[in-house]
Amino acid sequence: MQFSFTPEQDEFRSVLRRFLQEKSPPAAVRRWMETEAGWDREGWRALNDQLGLTGVHIPESFGGQGFGFVELGIVLEEMGRALLCAPYFSSTVLAATAIMNAASEVQKTALLPPIALGETIATLAFTEPNGRWDSSGIEATATPVGGGYRLDGVKSFVLDGHTADLIVVAARRPGTAGDEGLSLFTVAGDAPGLTRRALKVLDPTRKQARLEFRSVESELLGEEGGGAGPLARTLAQAAMCLANEMVGGAERLRESALDYANLRVQFGRPIASFQSMKHKQADMLLEVQLAKSAAYAAASAAAEEDADWPALASLAKAGASEAYLRAAIDNIQIHGCIGFTCDNDTHLWFKRAKSSEVFLGGPEWHRELMLRGMGL
Amino acid sequence: MTKSDATEASVRAQVRAWLEANWDPELGLVEWRNRLIDSGWGVPGWPNAWFGRELPAALEAVVAEETRRIGAVGVARSGVRSLAAATLLAHGDDFHKAKFLRRSLTGEDNWCQLFSEPGSGSDLAGASTRAEFKDGRWVINGQKVWTTSAHHADWGMLLARTDPNVPKHLGLSYFILQIDQPGVEVRPLRQMNGHASFNQVFFTDAEVPPEHLVAKVGDGWAVATTTLMHERRGADGFNVRVQASDRKGRIYEEERAEIATAMEPYKWYPQRAGRVDLIVERAKATGAINDPVARQEIAKLLVLAKSAEFTSRRARTAQAAGKPPGPEGSLGKLAASHVARAAAHVHTLISGADAMLTGEDGPMDGVIAEILVSVPAVSIAGGTDEIQRNIIAERVLGMPKEPRTDNDRPFRDVPKN
Ligand SMILES: Cc1cc2nc3c(=O)[nH]c(=O)nc-3n(C[C@H](O)[C@H](O)[C@H](O)COP(=O)(O)OP(=O)(O)OC[C@H]3O[C@@H](n4cnc5c(N)ncnc54)[C@H](O)[C@@H]3O)c2cc1C
Repeated sequence: MQFSFTPEQDEFRSVLRRFLQEKSPPAAVRRWMETEAGWDREGWRALNDQLGLTGVHIPESFGGQGFGFVELGIVLEEMGRALLCAPYFSSTVLAATAIMNAASEVQKTALLPPIALGETIATLAFTEPNGRWDSSGIEATATPVGGGYRLDGVKSFVLDGHTADLIVVAARRPGTAGDEGLSLFTVAGDAPGLTRRALKVLDPTRKQARLEFRSVESELLGEEGGGAGPLARTLAQAAMCLANEMVGGAERLRESALDYANLRVQFGRPIASFQSMKHKQADMLLEVQLAKSAAYAAASAAAEEDADWPALASLAKAGASEAYLRAAIDNIQIHGCIGFTCDNDTHLWFKRAKSSEVFLGGPEWHRELMLRGMGL
Repeated sequence: MTKSDATEASVRAQVRAWLEANWDPELGLVEWRNRLIDSGWGVPGWPNAWFGRELPAALEAVVAEETRRIGAVGVARSGVRSLAAATLLAHGDDFHKAKFLRRSLTGEDNWCQLFSEPGSGSDLAGASTRAEFKDGRWVINGQKVWTTSAHHADWGMLLARTDPNVPKHLGLSYFILQIDQPGVEVRPLRQMNGHASFNQVFFTDAEVPPEHLVAKVGDGWAVATTTLMHERRGADGFNVRVQASDRKGRIYEEERAEIATAMEPYKWYPQRAGRVDLIVERAKATGAINDPVARQEIAKLLVLAKSAEFTSRRARTAQAAGKPPGPEGSLGKLAASHVARAAAHVHTLISGADAMLTGEDGPMDGVIAEILVSVPAVSIAGGTDEIQRNIIAERVLGMPKEPRTDNDRPFRDVPKN
């Protein structure tokens, strides 16, 4: 396991941070989050043209940059910090990773390059209105018809589901349950029989949709009935990615709380000089550092395919969920009333923290997964 | 009847008889409230001289129970008006009481609290809005902020600086300011939960007549402390929720209209307290009640919420009628913050993925989402948790005070933002 970043990785991070500071300041976040799509084509193109971020962990042979999960983690941490509004988690993290885990070489050659270039926006549709984050919740069915499969069912909480060009869908052979009979399929965003509706979300910086499939034509990804393994693997990798994104947001909240405490004067002195404020700030640093260390360790373990990497992914997600929310709550508290207003930026991160806490499963779920991953 | 011979049974019988003889849902809201006020049953805990019967809190509760039982509408109570009334009862003169108390109880007058400023929130005594006496009137210049319901208010309780050349606590005075006048501008502020219940209020040569000064010049801090003690006691989360009745009758219609306008800024207040009342219902609806992990969290929350409720009941029962609340109100307020945060946590756990949704897509038509984005206000409004802890430590427990550098010199020399 890697406990420090290489000079190249550090350099990559600082380039990214500068780039995102410039391209995604809070004013831009506010502009994008008000749109129906939730992101901006121009900004997205710049992201890919200049830094090739959309293909960062996709192998070079499939049009990507060929880096691993540590670099992907760095990208996500910086995006979480900047609260970038982009279909990155949906397309690069969820969909591309699912394709890399499940598809045949021929399919990878066809599907990955346009995602790596950012030309195709893809997403992964697996959760259903029951809100379960594993195969047990999947009820959508795939019926063989002719050479292909017809999908029926409802998916919900699908990131960027209303705008994606390509949707990777988890569905099962009729009559099966659990991991059995599960497969992944691809569906075009504008396929006949597919109804997509943007959901009203708590976190406006990350859009979600509800998708209804009525006999929708689809293509099998990988092997029929062999979807459970790749899906579980994708979800664990995504949990690790989300943890890295979350610690980026948490760190930013910690810093802005400190800046404000140093500025704000009450009782004739900066509030930062009150011991209770110092303790709060020290606790925040501790919690964010703990969560960061876990997120980095999980990224490194996933990159190196250490035996315990899925358990570490869940460990990191559980830790990050609590640290991020805590940082958001404390940040508002340290700001006082101004932190509760719309004009102040804190609430944007607060809502992302709340939403990320439960996305891909809440901390209770990931603590359970971690124990299972440890064979307990 | 004097308070010494009032028993639960006698109070219950009396109020019931009076209500049965007088309650009429076809009366106008103000007309009915005036009758109720005159009878002494509208605010039975208030002094005999001012519409009350000096009943202790426990017997006030009996009156409230009987009033609810028959479906009668009570006096206008919620919002800042009750803070204004309590402050005037304690510090106002007969002119103030005669002019303002009745119209506050009938709901004809609405109030707001003009305390916080951009530069002084926790440090309320650092208020710098100026009040200067010129040509027989007080002239006000400066700015207040976070002023809840200023956009519906007729009157504001104003804390302003009358002398910047003395230490901060000594140079403040307390005024009653009319909102509707040329020198006052109210601008709404939007909150993270989408509501705009509070405002910025700007004063440019706004005027206050001399008889609207409460207590003496320079006594403003003592008066403001009374307002705050009442606010904190009321913030123990143990309030009866204001809900529109769906019954038929002219008075209910007028009450519904009142709730839709003057009470509108408080629509989200139940949500900011965490809505513990919804927890069990939600846990059953989602099946979380069968999950051992969720059960523990739900139970922990209920232990906390119930203990907090019993604590405020004890505090209220122990408080003699007419006696002002003391610093121990801070305990109830701090408990309310803990309850609200714990409730937000448990609502998230119960709702799972649905916690990411809001509006019509969200659980209970967005009520759960509103809880999640409203709870952070509880530990700030009415004095932050940190300030409550300071009060508990220094004023309730008598621990040594923090050394201070801001109250031993003229206010003008104190560092500010
Ligand atoms: C929903 C809502 C409604 C409100 N309505 C009204 C209203 O109607 N009228 C009105 O006048 N005001 C109102 N307020 C304002 C409220 O009273 C203030 O926000 C509050 O007193 C805190 O002041 P501040 O926001 O300036 O924070 P600050 O005082 O700037 O505090 C910032 C941080 O510093 C901490 N801090 C400050 N001093 C100390 C200390 N000595 N020791 C340790 N920590 C300290 C605080 O705890 C906080 O964490 C409302 C607030 C809210 C949230």
